[in-house]
Amino acid sequence: MKRFFLAAAFFAVLVLLWEGAYRVKIWSPVLLPSPGQVVRYLESAVADGTLLKATVITMRRLVIGYLIGLLMGLPLGLLTARWKLFHDTIGTLALGLQTLPSVCWVPLALLWFGQTEAAMLFVVVMGTLWSVIIATETGVRNVPPIYRRAALTMGSKRLHMWFKVILPAALPFIVSGMKQGWAFAWRSLMAAEIFVTILTGFGLGQLAMEQVIGIMIVIVVIGLLADKIFFSPIEKFLHRRWGTSQA
Amino acid sequence: MLRAGGRHSSATEELQVITPSKLAIENVSKSFRSASGPVLALDRVSVNVAEAEFVCLVGASGCGKTTLLNIIAGLEKPDSGMVLADGKPVTGPGRERLVMFQEPALFPWLDVFGNVLFGLKLKPNLTNRDRREVARYYLELVGLSRFEHANIHELSGGMKQRVSLARALAPNPRVLLMDEPFAALDALTREQLYGDIQEIWKARRKTIVFVTHNVREAACLGDRVLLFSPHPGRVQEEFVVNLPRPRDINSVDLAAHASRITKALKSVGQVGAVVAE
Repeated sequence: MKRFFLAAAFFAVLVLLWEGAYRVKIWSPVLLPSPGQVVRYLESAVADGTLLKATVITMRRLVIGYLIGLLMGLPLGLLTARWKLFHDTIGTLALGLQTLPSVCWVPLALLWFGQTEAAMLFVVVMGTLWSVIIATETGVRNVPPIYRRAALTMGSKRLHMWFKVILPAALPFIVSGMKQGWAFAWRSLMAAEIFVTILTGFGLGQLAMEQVIGIMIVIVVIGLLADKIFFSPIEKFLHRRWGTSQA
Repeated sequence: MLRAGGRHSSATEELQVITPSKLAIENVSKSFRSASGPVLALDRVSVNVAEAEFVCLVGASGCGKTTLLNIIAGLEKPDSGMVLADGKPVTGPGRERLVMFQEPALFPWLDVFGNVLFGLKLKPNLTNRDRREVARYYLELVGLSRFEHANIHELSGGMKQRVSLARALAPNPRVLLMDEPFAALDALTREQLYGDIQEIWKARRKTIVFVTHNVREAACLGDRVLLFSPHPGRVQEEFVVNLPRPRDINSVDLAAHASRITKALKSVGQVGAVVAE
């Protein structure tokens, strides 16, 4: 409870600072709206359903693209960990492309696929895939050999070894890769959606600032919720089982 | 449902089957490449182990005793020679010969019960209910029934090795291979485990090959103690310990046996072994 109040107080102070900056008029009210104006915009967007509709569309793109990235990344990561040929080819490619900010894919995707869902999915997959491949490979390579040896003596081999020993042993690495992939996918999708908005005529200039800030807050909240709902339980399980420290 | 072995055996039947193996290690040699050239870890080593015999391998670190254990387990292949288990050559690892490693090789993603169940799940011709019953029996045997659902990291070093022992015993192997399983434990815990392992061995007759660098431990547990000499790894001398069981590590008779082995160990100049403990 004490932790909750401290955190709440922290955010209350942030809002107060914002309100203060608005009152002393450092920037024109057009450029920096007050917290109240942003809240009123969000209220109206919720009321007329536009916010919910937009969120559903975005989340659908994100989840589908992310799942495709996971379903491709996990097996590819296993292949790169298992065979040198895959490590030297796909592994190197993944390492290189992961350093590329996924925003870079946005213009290419729009040129290749046009303003379609495919372009959006492509960007999300590119954001997810490489992190997942690299994390899976690192995880598998870091499995202590003694687990494999112990399992071998108990009669585990091939598929059983992969699914019952190596994958679970690599899980902490894989989950952190999934988390990173999620963050990258989220950012690249936001970039892509902003580009598309500009191209379809709803330029930033036509967006009022309270809308921009309101949407930013929505993005931050969704990011936090995804973490709390999806990743937190998995990480809690890992911490409890492995006995790693939990903040 | 049709299965490889035809019929199911119940948990009770499964627990009644006790068939220790006879081991024959014949002329086994193994060398490793090192920075300073090839090292002969084992040089034509031959050892016979009778059914349900408890044999200890003693020697300084690097004398090849762990290598021999791995070869018996089938985890490593000898350069020449072979290991026979009940007359059949060992070609790879298998649940007939289970290993208890020095560092606990328990799986952190499973709880205590899941770890003991792991090997049992790979054993055909048992129902899942029987597997659970068998796993519970072995947890009881090592005195950890209360910790079924504990996570591995919550256990002390001694408890971890007890779980390792239960996990190795559960699939009912014919041979138990133990690689310095108590080396990392404190003296008090170790003494407790000496008593326990003798009792468990009495309840579940297994052929046991036990690697250690602790002479007292070897004299306390083994029917026979084989002294290894390093570079190249050979069996230097063999000691029969015919004291009655259960043996107390602190008894005077046992100390006499241990000092005999220690003397031999010193004569081959193995300062690395723990002789004073």
